[in-house]
Amino acid sequence: MKAPKFSYVRAESVEHACKLLAEHGDEARILAGGQSLIPTLNMRLSRPALLIDINRLEHLAGAIFNGKEVRVGTLTRHADVMLSHMVAKYLPLVAEAIPHVAHVAVRNRGTFGGSVALADPAAEMPACLLALGGRLVLQSVRGTREVAAEDYFHGLYQTARAPDEMLIEALIPPQTSDERSSFKELSRRHGDFAVAGVAARARVKSGTISNVRLVYFGSEVKPTLAKTAMAAAEGKIWNDATAEAVSTALASDLDPMDNLLGKPATKLHWQRVLTQRALDDITSKAKAA
Amino acid sequence: MKTEETQEITCKVNGERITRLVPVRQHLVDFLRMDLQLTGSHIGCEHGVCGACSVRVDGKVVRGCLMLAVQADGQNIVTIEGLTDSGEVADLQAEFVERNALQCGYCTPGQLMTAAELLAEGEISTREEIRTFMSGNYCRCTGYHAIVDAIETTMKRREEASRAPRPAKGKA
Ligand SMILES: Cc1cc2nc3c(=O)[nH]c(=O)nc-3n(C[C@H](O)[C@H](O)[C@H](O)COP(=O)(O)OP(=O)(O)OC[C@H]3O[C@@H](n4cnc5c(N)ncnc54)[C@H](O)[C@@H]3O)c2cc1C
Ligand code: FES
Ligand code: FES
Repeated sequence: MKAPKFSYVRAESVEHACKLLAEHGDEARILAGGQSLIPTLNMRLSRPALLIDINRLEHLAGAIFNGKEVRVGTLTRHADVMLSHMVAKYLPLVAEAIPHVAHVAVRNRGTFGGSVALADPAAEMPACLLALGGRLVLQSVRGTREVAAEDYFHGLYQTARAPDEMLIEALIPPQTSDERSSFKELSRRHGDFAVAGVAARARVKSGTISNVRLVYFGSEVKPTLAKTAMAAAEGKIWNDATAEAVSTALASDLDPMDNLLGKPATKLHWQRVLTQRALDDITSKAKAA
Repeated sequence: MKTEETQEITCKVNGERITRLVPVRQHLVDFLRMDLQLTGSHIGCEHGVCGACSVRVDGKVVRGCLMLAVQADGQNIVTIEGLTDSGEVADLQAEFVERNALQCGYCTPGQLMTAAELLAEGEISTREEIRTFMSGNYCRCTGYHAIVDAIETTMKRREEASRAPRPAKGKA
């Protein structure tokens, strides 16, 4: 189908975009990569009155390490995250996850910030952000604020971002050299949205795992930190007994959506299998190092 | 009802500079097909899933249905017509014909635009890597094997050609 009528403005600066957002509120949408927004327009699932195109704000693109954290600009394309040396060096979890995001033509335009702003329950980058304890910088005419990933994702496509706020960048602490991470997902076709997935990280010392962080996506309405399962793994040797305990605990952390992609019980099973694979992967990466 | 908003754009399409007035809600493939009569780029799903609309914008393959024509202002666009004229993938196209990697041909321009990006990397990929790279392009006819064969063969031929000893220059 064809998109409904709308007005289009190319933003000249962040301030310009914020001013338009302040004036038009919920009637306006930021147009980043357009890889999620334009499909909803073409299918007439949304009818914003105004699109504010931020694609020419090139200073919002790129990933740099500032000595403390990795700053990923909102307009950094998925393809550039994939090629980034900064990401490969400081954020191996993101480097492992990014090839799962869509297909080459979508990655060439889709942006890191667009994915975080949208908060699709099956998206990989929000799960990584939560696993890595990142923060998000939001700006509006009212000022600039930072929100921790833990407080940012509220529900199905729901976030802490107010309609007049623009996402500027993500600030992500680098992974330390003594930790290992693993990213596992299940999807019907490579590059499709995941039906289940886990972003995992832990420190491994002579077989014992600590500082375990497990974030689930795909099955849940939002990226979900599995606190009970994390506690069941903390300080344990990764073996069959620990795996069993983690698997049991997971039932109280997750509340899988019941939809065409599967029943909650099926999804819980998938997540358990992926957890086993992720932690096997983490411990074998530690052995190999 | 809201009025149809238009904007003037100037861009390069297949090497030619053009200026046109476009409705801001028109996507790039409709612009290419309807305003410029470049009908090689196809429309399948119009929501980013099938890849039939793949075009190259500033050197990168993108979904033509997920970019607005107005966003092409100042950019360099190459469609399957331009890619064909340049000869960049003449070897791949010959291989597609050789192996029946197209039947109805609807997906083929998109397959070629995407494969061109992989071939441009100049590296040898495994069949699995080729499949992963091509995963965003649907084909309802061929079952994909022949497409993967054609890309793999082209890659190997190019690699062999680049390693073949060059004829000595000048007089001995
Ligand atoms: C076929 C296909 C497969 C895909 N598969 C995957 C996948 O496997 N995993 C995955 O994660 N994604 C997938 N995607 C989605 C893709 O990653 C999108 O690029 C991403 O979700 C949105 O980024 P965008 O830059 O395209 O945002 P847009 O589509 O431009 O915007 C999305 C939403 O976020 C808002 N927005 C964007 N940027 C900002 C900002 N800076 N501030 C405030 N609001 C903003 C927009 O207003 C809009 O509401 C797929 C898309 C397609 C078409
Ligand atoms: S028509 Fe663009 S991806 Fe299907
Ligand atoms: S040849 Fe018919 S869809 Fe691919």
